[in-house]
Amino acid sequence: MAEPILQVTDLVKHFPVRQGVLFKHIVGQVKAVDGVSFELNEGETLGVVGESGCGKSTLAQVLMRLEEPTSGSAVFQGKDMFSLRGKDFKALRRDMQIILQDPYTSLNPRMTVGDIVGEPFEIHPEVAPKGSREQKVRELLDVVGLSPEHLNRYPHQFSGGQRQRIGIARALALRPKVIICDEPVSALDVSIQAQVMNLLGDLQKEFGLSYVFIAHDLSVVRHLCDRVAVMYLGKIAEIGTEDQIYEHPTHPYTQALLSAVPVPDPTLRGHREVIRLTGDVPSPMDPPSGCRFRTRCWKAQDICAQETPALEVRAGGHLSACHFAEEKPEVIAG
Amino acid sequence: MTSGDATLAPGVPDRAEKSRSLGADAWRELRTNPLFVISCVIILIIVVMMAFPGLFTSVDPNLGDLSKARQSPGGDAWFGYDTQGRDIFSRVIYGARASMLVGIGATVVQVVVGVLLGVLGGFFGRWVDVIISRIGDIFFGLPFMLGAIVVLTTLNPPQSSPGQVAIILQVVLSIAVLSWPISMRLMRSATLTAKQQDYVKAARSLGASTPRIIFRHLLPNSIAPVMVYATIALGANIGAEATLSYLGVGLRPPVVSWGVMVSDAATYFETSPHMLLIPAGFVTFTVLGFVMLGDAVRDAMDPKSR
Repeated sequence: MAEPILQVTDLVKHFPVRQGVLFKHIVGQVKAVDGVSFELNEGETLGVVGESGCGKSTLAQVLMRLEEPTSGSAVFQGKDMFSLRGKDFKALRRDMQIILQDPYTSLNPRMTVGDIVGEPFEIHPEVAPKGSREQKVRELLDVVGLSPEHLNRYPHQFSGGQRQRIGIARALALRPKVIICDEPVSALDVSIQAQVMNLLGDLQKEFGLSYVFIAHDLSVVRHLCDRVAVMYLGKIAEIGTEDQIYEHPTHPYTQALLSAVPVPDPTLRGHREVIRLTGDVPSPMDPPSGCRFRTRCWKAQDICAQETPALEVRAGGHLSACHFAEEKPEVIAG
Repeated sequence: MTSGDATLAPGVPDRAEKSRSLGADAWRELRTNPLFVISCVIILIIVVMMAFPGLFTSVDPNLGDLSKARQSPGGDAWFGYDTQGRDIFSRVIYGARASMLVGIGATVVQVVVGVLLGVLGGFFGRWVDVIISRIGDIFFGLPFMLGAIVVLTTLNPPQSSPGQVAIILQVVLSIAVLSWPISMRLMRSATLTAKQQDYVKAARSLGASTPRIIFRHLLPNSIAPVMVYATIALGANIGAEATLSYLGVGLRPPVVSWGVMVSDAATYFETSPHMLLIPAGFVTFTVLGFVMLGDAVRDAMDPKSR
């Protein structure tokens, strides 16, 4: 297989927690992302799923270098992303873009759609000469399914789905190779979600994009992703192809998440085993020793508290971070 | 609004009507607000008085005829004469200029200084913010009037006679120096809110420079509270000018201002109240005009209050 376009190794982001009125001192670390490794191949979509607070969005921000990582490396097209400075760093922006979660706050309310989508060209004037910019903006609006006539309108005149399309057009403007989608549809109505997901799929084919697709909804991710990583408390619990994760999950956490996905077949109700997780996600300031999931896991043994399970190939033939990784026997009975 | 995702959202008129910005929305709101119309009429009259006093009167405001000293209002002179026999109507008209100059000047200086420091503190945070905020606190902690009196008496010892321009500048600066922390704080907190917004993240992801983020994204989205404050502060500054002049440390003759007139008239209030009431009334109306304007603008700018 060809060299992955993005290779992330042991990425760590800790946020110091400060306390005190006058003299602030650090009282702890929120371990938002704590040793995450994955690779992204060209033209591929990698889904990242997990509960709220598991570090998905922090991962996105660190990858966009909106936050500096505490440690770890990310090699993008053969270059170490985190050591880029000045001009090279700016060039990186052209190849990697982000689509943000909330279309209501991700567009500057005081700028017209034309200015918003055209801003990438102003920041990177080498991409488009001044005269051709309006034409390019019109094309972008057309590509994302908006009328180019909307150029002079303001964001508040659009619906949520349309606003997200504007955000997508802005991310596309510089013709990036990788787009990080930070829950791009979770703020939208279900009917609109499908439209936006389809648009993202079409754009991927048209422009050969690679996506890191972050979501908290397994069913949304399945539609689009080639591979899926499941995150729990800042670590990847399991990572594999769409089929491996959805049909043959081996990590108890993935199994629990999947069993909670509603099935659109009333006859199956009551026949399938729903794994109910008890308790809350532990504080990322003070995660449990060993396996982070052990406090809520029905399989937990002594070893889980003592030894951190490595993310390695286990039962099922894909990477899983559980000492007792195994495919569950047929979940749906009857 | 979910049905027509690819087309325009219903409710947005698809006519050839020019696209409306937030500013245009605010303007539509303002035009129908009686508070706004009244305050604009007041301010317009004062501004015309300030720019073209000759339109209102042909009498020299400094021409004194002692035989008419302290005459009450009458057909000859609508507002009567002051203690040196000068026409009060004429003086009130000409006084608008100095009063408004001080009011506008002090407001502009305090808002510009406050906005710049506030946006810097809010954006950069950390030690920049600490230094700016603490300096602001120090100036904020000084009692406003006392501070201005000390500054002005230090600059102009009792026997000195500063020039017209010099004294106006001094009053402007002494007011601005002691009141900029208010707009700084307003701007800082608005910037802190705006900074968290996703569009700032999006701009940073695109590689936008710090000046671009500050001037294209943060300033336009956080200036509204300061603009509202500025209209109210303008009124207050005109009042402050009057107070300082009354205390004898602000503007002084031969400059004509409403504060100077009140100051001159103070000792004659019991015998000739018109000398004091007329310029004081002008101060009141002007301040009222600006406060009303500020209220109306705030209502129009803040969608939540609609």
